[in-house]
Amino acid sequence: MSRSRSVTALVVILLLLLASLAASGCGSKSGPKYLRFSVGAEPETLDPRKSTGIPESTVQAQLFEGLTTLDATNKPLPAMAERWEISPDGLRYKFFLRPGVKWSNGDPVTAYDFEYAWKTTLSPEFGAKYAYQLFYVKNGEAYNKGLTTADQVGVKALDDRTLEVVLEKPTAYFLSLTSFHTLYPVPRRIVEANPKWAAEPKTLIGNGPFKITNWVHNSRIELVKNDQYWDAAKVKMPKLDFILTESGSTEIAMFDNNQIDMGDNAPPAEYPRLKKEGRLQISPYLGTYFFSFNVEKAPLDNVKVRQALSLAIDRQSIITNVVKGEQRVALAWVPPGLADATPNSDFRSVGGDYFKDGNIETAKKLLAEAGYPDGKGLPAIELIYNTHDVHKAIAEALQEMWRKNLGVDVRLANQEWKVFINTRSKGAYQIARHGWIGDYADPMTFLDMFETGSGNNDSQYKNPRYDTLIRLAKSTVNPEIRMKAMHEAERLLMDDAVLAPLYFYTRVTLVKPNVKGYQRSVLGHVYFKEAYVE
Amino acid sequence: MFKSIVGRILSMVLVLWVIITVTFVLMHAIPGGPFTAEKALPEAVMKNIEARYRLNDPLPKQYVDYWANLLKGDLGPSFKYESRTVNEIIAEGFPVSAELGLIAVSFSVLIGIPAGMAGALYQNRWPDHLVMLLATVGISVPSFILATVLIYIFALWLQLLPAAMWGSPEYVILPALALAGMPTAFIARLTRSSMLEVLAQDYIRTARAKGIAPFKILWLHALKNALLPVVTYLGPMIAAIFTGSFVIESIFAIPGLGRHFVTSIYNRDYTVILGITVFYSALLVVMNFLVDLAYLWLDPRIKMDGEDQH
Repeated sequence: MSRSRSVTALVVILLLLLASLAASGCGSKSGPKYLRFSVGAEPETLDPRKSTGIPESTVQAQLFEGLTTLDATNKPLPAMAERWEISPDGLRYKFFLRPGVKWSNGDPVTAYDFEYAWKTTLSPEFGAKYAYQLFYVKNGEAYNKGLTTADQVGVKALDDRTLEVVLEKPTAYFLSLTSFHTLYPVPRRIVEANPKWAAEPKTLIGNGPFKITNWVHNSRIELVKNDQYWDAAKVKMPKLDFILTESGSTEIAMFDNNQIDMGDNAPPAEYPRLKKEGRLQISPYLGTYFFSFNVEKAPLDNVKVRQALSLAIDRQSIITNVVKGEQRVALAWVPPGLADATPNSDFRSVGGDYFKDGNIETAKKLLAEAGYPDGKGLPAIELIYNTHDVHKAIAEALQEMWRKNLGVDVRLANQEWKVFINTRSKGAYQIARHGWIGDYADPMTFLDMFETGSGNNDSQYKNPRYDTLIRLAKSTVNPEIRMKAMHEAERLLMDDAVLAPLYFYTRVTLVKPNVKGYQRSVLGHVYFKEAYVE
Repeated sequence: MFKSIVGRILSMVLVLWVIITVTFVLMHAIPGGPFTAEKALPEAVMKNIEARYRLNDPLPKQYVDYWANLLKGDLGPSFKYESRTVNEIIAEGFPVSAELGLIAVSFSVLIGIPAGMAGALYQNRWPDHLVMLLATVGISVPSFILATVLIYIFALWLQLLPAAMWGSPEYVILPALALAGMPTAFIARLTRSSMLEVLAQDYIRTARAKGIAPFKILWLHALKNALLPVVTYLGPMIAAIFTGSFVIESIFAIPGLGRHFVTSIYNRDYTVILGITVFYSALLVVMNFLVDLAYLWLDPRIKMDGEDQH
């Protein structure tokens, strides 16, 4: 009898406890005066030399600062370096560091920290994935391959405040690269003492506007203002919380429940509602969503078949009905947002469109010329995509358009992400979904992937003329020659219909109207240096 | 008794060996590796990384090395999360999942068993119908639906509880309820059916004939026997719930261990795949062993048989 009573009592107590907890659950409904940003998945690492992803570089962009930083139009501005000199041949850069710049622990930031960071990134033992972002530096690649020693690498601190960099080839966009996280400095003294320095908030010392105070894996990263930062006067926010979640529906629930102020991964189905509520910010994002044709696999080895398929797509309807993020119809390869040769001109506007969206008449004609009038005689084509509901919806839309407009039978197959990448890079496909995001602010980040033998040339495209143009553009810093060569290369790519571009990405951000002053880069990251919450 | 325990431990070790070996072979058989990425790495860079993680060694050597480290208790570094080890990942994630799991299991036991008893006691009357209706719903509604409904009601509509994240006690309630739904329903059904079976037996009829209060019969005479199937179910269920649920942890952004069971495979994070498989299997065989011990203690017939001997 007593046992039964105690069990009953326990149940009652537990339920009461729950009720009281529920009642005390949430406090005030207006958010705090600092920012809570849902940044995406758990960072693989916060060591800027090792990371590759967008959530990583977004957190790092608050913790570190490179020699330069990019303004809203991707123009490099002085950051750690207050000025620089470039030799007439474009090969030798001399960076002069700002006087008095400090790490968040008060140590001075020196040119030696940069030299150390770049050389360790390149060293073969270190095994950094993005080591190739430093292959522009003289002997960078040779050192990474173990063919030469560190002292042969073209980066050297001449004194505490002067960094000399020698490049392999003239690189017009090198000052944009120096704003990239792989080229950030690291605090040499700390790193040498503790190789796992970036794993712990205590030793993760940076030189950016914020410093890290807490990192709960798979949950949150907390930052506070870094008073040692050279431009600390401009930093308004006392605190910055990064929330780590890979689920878009979790993010939207937290946003609606006032647990976050801003986020990057809401599901497209929610866009129309948020847009109406004025809580959606759409900004350009340097990327192209496309379908890659394998030019070696019949019937896609026939350029007319490829052109027909690309022309028969109604891109606008996919944007309106499926992806919903106000993306721009892509009728070329390189997305807008990149400077052309003359000041204030855009590579995309200069290059223009290469064809018309949904040009079914011409598509039918081309398919007939290829020997398949109304799709007759054309064997079924397989299209592969990585398992994801949005990619699936897009693939199904294409399948229907090609069936209706051309009479072409396309079969869909989905694969798990890494299996998919493996299949695609081996060229074991006919048509594959693809998306490419630029690494730096220059058309070259899109164009050199189709060079013969490039590791990312999944289309297996081989065109000596194309290769010559890319080599020409890479050999000079003369903007006219470079841009002309790249426009010509893009025309070849489009004429040969190596790929069917669909749309140029946008970045769709959930954001409360009272969040101000943040800067969004077309490369995907956000700079919270001057952000504030009203 | 001692002999059978030693036998059990040996078979547990064998089971673990088979699990590790099969997992090792299977995970290396999936296409793609830990460093397969959208942007292909230059060959030299890939070589350096593989050398750093000893992935360029032949597989049999990797297998032997893995065992050598495992016997030292070292599960290796994560390939995905630079500078975190698998031991650290388990040490950080398991307490969170176990805390959530403990609360969810407590919910299921404290609600499921009384509900099942009520059903058995009032068989074919309205309390029974109500319990069975709820149990059927509980078993057929998947946890992610329950979670979404709970979030909608308590976080978005009533604004009483947070929609996600982990920390103070209010963060535990919704995920624990979502996680407890299925096992609660299952335990209620198990308790009800085994209770009915026990109640139909002669010794209960005798107790009734003696005029003992029905409630007392239930608590003192029937429950212990009726709980046997529930205990059997609790063993593996505790191992599963304590190691976390991928679905619940990703919906509620909980930094537990459950997420790694799925994400490590997406990431081809070989050491994490193996490490958590080892951990979960070890927990599972231990729990099953404990269940067997509990059996000996719970089943009165075993004792009575022994007593009949003299």
